[in-house]
Amino acid sequence: MIHRYKNNGYNIIIDINSGSVHSVDEAAYDAIGMYEEYSQYEISEHLKNTYGLTEEDCQELFSEIEELKAQGRLFSEDIYKGIAPRLKKRHTVIKALCLLVAQDCNMACKYCFASEGEYHQGQRQLMSLETGKKAIDFLIENSGTRKNLEVDFFGGEPLLNFDVVRALVEYAEEKEKNHNKNFRFTITTNGILLNDEIMDFINGHMYNVVLSIDGRKEINDRLRVTRSGKGTYDTILPKFKKMADSRGQKNYYIRGTYTHYNTDFCEDILHLADLGFRQLSMEPVVGAEGEPYALKEEDLPVLKEQYDKLAVEMLRRKDFEFYHYTIDLEGGPCIYKRISGCGVGTEYMAVTPSGDLYPCHQFVGDEAYKLGSVYEGIKNTEKSEEFKDCNIYSHRECDNCFARLYCSGGCAANAYHSTGSIKGVYEYGCELHRKRIECAIMMKVAESENADKSS
Amino acid sequence: MSRIKTINTRNLEQSALKGGCGECQTSCQSASKTSCSIANQVCENLK
Repeated sequence: MIHRYKNNGYNIIIDINSGSVHSVDEAAYDAIGMYEEYSQYEISEHLKNTYGLTEEDCQELFSEIEELKAQGRLFSEDIYKGIAPRLKKRHTVIKALCLLVAQDCNMACKYCFASEGEYHQGQRQLMSLETGKKAIDFLIENSGTRKNLEVDFFGGEPLLNFDVVRALVEYAEEKEKNHNKNFRFTITTNGILLNDEIMDFINGHMYNVVLSIDGRKEINDRLRVTRSGKGTYDTILPKFKKMADSRGQKNYYIRGTYTHYNTDFCEDILHLADLGFRQLSMEPVVGAEGEPYALKEEDLPVLKEQYDKLAVEMLRRKDFEFYHYTIDLEGGPCIYKRISGCGVGTEYMAVTPSGDLYPCHQFVGDEAYKLGSVYEGIKNTEKSEEFKDCNIYSHRECDNCFARLYCSGGCAANAYHSTGSIKGVYEYGCELHRKRIECAIMMKVAESENADKSS
Repeated sequence: MSRIKTINTRNLEQSALKGGCGECQTSCQSASKTSCSIANQVCENLK
């Protein structure tokens, strides 16, 4: 299977199963598109009539195509299907926990999927140090021989419980020495409570920090507000600048959410880049059905244009990274990771303040998806087996999608919330994801072509 | 004249032979939280 598309003046062919990417001229673009359905005679006639190719040119092109086929880089077969049943039987270990250290928030963002930190559970609470330690112990005990372990301090707003965050980091760092583990901590914050002391601690101990802001002041302040309804842009921006600079503009993300109110979200990304931020991420709002800010069907063409515009602008400016366009074609994930996905409910779980375990942060509060607790371990094995069986081959809609080895079948929580099944697909999100992958790959092609020109 | 330029990519078939160590970062620990961005991750063994 191949995927052909044109973007920013480039003709691009993705060989879906091998992951090979080819930049081709118009004649080759047509020839490869026709190759499996038409005879070489018919293709030659088309190329001669349309592009003025000679018979010799055509034969040369067919030789190139045949050579790539022989190398397994064009029209390659899906040879990975046999891996899927093995994945279900595999012994999984837990390597990452999202700790909801504060099921509470000092903001009241109108689109929050966690309903201001409460996760639809109608109560606000902070994780105790005892439960946090139990979670760290649980992770170590269930991580087998896995060396790199990840803990994300999440909420709500995790800085509402910063003393526990600090104590848990120190506890885990003490433990890792004796257990041959390497903890990587991340924290996701709205920035309201950031101060010099906290920034120093984050810089000294955290692998990554995610800073939430939506872009332009009027966009941010429309939905990202305090409990009294006041916009937060002016409060958080100077803190985020200081945080990003103090980390040398590395190992952090400025992360925004775009909604129906800013379908021109490229402007928000560029605004943040103009402010000097170098690591940016912006995601479409989810779980907003029926809300005025929810993305609409008619927004899709506009959103896709915005992704195109962003890619072109990034190639021109070359002064910031966009998370979804950061794709490493040579050093990306192996095929096992690409087939099995993010590890939701198997390698990755979320822990509530009371110690309950859920498949990920987006399932918290849905009692049917409670897997167990850090005190009792995994009790709902039926549910955890369902997640083990979740891979690109369990989503029928993915069978013919070129993007499946880039998104691994998509986000299970989004699929569940939009279709009622973790084996469904969130089609709207798929449309956007496919566009992002096309843009990311176009940028790689452009960089490669530009490197050739300058060499 | 070559009409096809192949961009260097990881050989996924080869990765089936040696891959699967699981040491790479969980995508939702970076900047996702609401989408699945596997391809944006880096292989820990190829760093």
